[in-house]
Amino acid sequence: MQTDKARRYLSGLSGKVRFALGDEAAAYGALFAGCTFFGGYPITPASEVAETMARELPHVDGFYVQFEDEIGSIAAVIGAARAGAKAMTATSGPGFSLMQENIGYAIMTETPCVVVNVQRSGPSTGQATKPAQGDVLQARWGTHGDHEMIALAPNSVQECFDLMIECFNLSERYRHPVVFLMDGEIGHLRERLILPDLADLQLFPRGGFDPADEPGLIKPVQEYGKGQAVHITGSTHREDGMRDVVSQDVHERLITRFYDKIDRNRKNIVRYEERFMGDAETVAVCFGAASRPTLGAVVRARDAGLKVGYFRLATIWPFCGERLAAVGKQVKKILVPEMNLGQLAREVERFVNVPVIRVSKIGGVPHSVDEIHRAIVQETP
Amino acid sequence: MTPPEHRLLKYLRREILPSTHCPGCGCGQVLNAFVNAIDDLAIDPREIISVTGIGCSSWIPSPYLKCDTLHTTHGRAVAFATGVKVIRPESHVVVIAGDGDLAAIGGNHLIHAARRNIGLAVFLVNNYIYGMTGGQVSPTTPFGTVTTTTPYSNAEYPLKIAELVATAGANYVARWTTYHIRKLIGSMKKALQKKGFSLIEIVSQCPVSYGRRVGLRDGVAFMQYFKENSVGRKKAASMSEGELEGKIVVGKLIERDRVEFSESLRRINEGVKSEG
Repeated sequence: MQTDKARRYLSGLSGKVRFALGDEAAAYGALFAGCTFFGGYPITPASEVAETMARELPHVDGFYVQFEDEIGSIAAVIGAARAGAKAMTATSGPGFSLMQENIGYAIMTETPCVVVNVQRSGPSTGQATKPAQGDVLQARWGTHGDHEMIALAPNSVQECFDLMIECFNLSERYRHPVVFLMDGEIGHLRERLILPDLADLQLFPRGGFDPADEPGLIKPVQEYGKGQAVHITGSTHREDGMRDVVSQDVHERLITRFYDKIDRNRKNIVRYEERFMGDAETVAVCFGAASRPTLGAVVRARDAGLKVGYFRLATIWPFCGERLAAVGKQVKKILVPEMNLGQLAREVERFVNVPVIRVSKIGGVPHSVDEIHRAIVQETP
Repeated sequence: MTPPEHRLLKYLRREILPSTHCPGCGCGQVLNAFVNAIDDLAIDPREIISVTGIGCSSWIPSPYLKCDTLHTTHGRAVAFATGVKVIRPESHVVVIAGDGDLAAIGGNHLIHAARRNIGLAVFLVNNYIYGMTGGQVSPTTPFGTVTTTTPYSNAEYPLKIAELVATAGANYVARWTTYHIRKLIGSMKKALQKKGFSLIEIVSQCPVSYGRRVGLRDGVAFMQYFKENSVGRKKAASMSEGELEGKIVVGKLIERDRVEFSESLRRINEGVKSEG
């Protein structure tokens, strides 16, 4: 997929250790994944993704285009993807809201693309420079109509790189837009990033099929320029791509297939991290920035002999409900530290019968270890 | 004996014909002019990628034109097309859409695509109205017109969209009506050959949702109206604003040769030193 020039350039970076921002790491992940088109619009705290891509894309025969707004950005990203490129954009809450209609278009046209949302405090302009985790449900339900969603969330600078590779792979594999749900805390965190050897990365090719997936649900990408007069539309369409906006059965079949291709391959998409779960009677469920003080608090509680477990979601959507249901049978209580007023907790509650305690914090300041530790001590017998 | 097939039918998805456009609609004329233009230029339709938005005019190429097609969301065709063109600069990337799509909801994308001078051929079919949704006022509806959402009178003045795009930086801009079919074909050929952003505003008719409210009940009445009310650019230059009120100024508005955007990007990429 990558040109010789791109491979030479990226191989030159392999093995390098950098003291990098999460935003920069996400950009490098995209470059290593083969991204050659970035359409974007400046916004705090995501601008460093755009700046890194603008600087690096020419080295890999790629193109950075700054658009007049976020709607144009996601539109061009989808256009570039249809034209054959791996393509992405990066934004924050306000821009993510503007992109929602065309994210639905990408779902409807089965166009692979990656949308980074470095979450900030909202709604509206909110605390523009402060981190938050308030877009968990917007990522899932932001666009209209019935649909599934794939969204991943990193909790370290290294993971901004590693999971970005996964975002592109999942996007290509399931022909679906993927949301990379970062947050301002992780995006602006600076820590160690090790750039891997390009040859060691498994990159999912455009139009490939993984035998681990259920056959029949993922249709081949119809490429332009092959003389096939490919017709791509956001309207309800038949298998040949032609519009049919009146047949109940055509619509039901199409939308059900989109739903099934994610739902039935859930096990191949869902990623989470568990620690201290063996004898845990209380568990802290978390993701992204909030997972770092959570782990610190769990370790401190363990040191004091409390039977506390740590469960961190790397895939937010589709949701790891099956595993959490099993966890819910093992533990007596679940705590959910998150930088919003309970968006993840609300989803956890759907799968468990034990109390789900919100350890929410908003206002642009991450939880301290003390705050989460206090909650653990209070809720653990 | 079967009559010989029309020489231009090969450019259409014939299995979908006839067209669903209303009787007297100008969309068929625009499609006719476009396939004549590509036929005259011997452009292989496999080299065309048609990008459209939402509305009657977006249905001109989608689904009738037999080429790679991206039928996008309302107003965003030009932005989608920009992504397509940057990745496939060798293709003819063509946008056919209406006044609501390109001048209202998508106006900002149009301005900035012209400024960027991205190599798109944009055919803006201006029928003065939102036809598909039943005849609501659009940014090009004349002052004083009664529509379903200006039931007493339109209090807004129409946007001179071609002039705006010329000012924004397009390499080629012209305006014609569906009456000026030969001129339109010639102009479309120019737009297709021109590197950089080109736009033709095609003043077209909607007898059903617009014409019946202004006393132009069919296509023929519109042709007569366009014939009588069009003024060439040269003549218009010597007329006052008052004299031009209600007239359609036709002809080429601008032609320049700024470097096309995707070519500029490639030149920059070639100049960037990569040490790895």
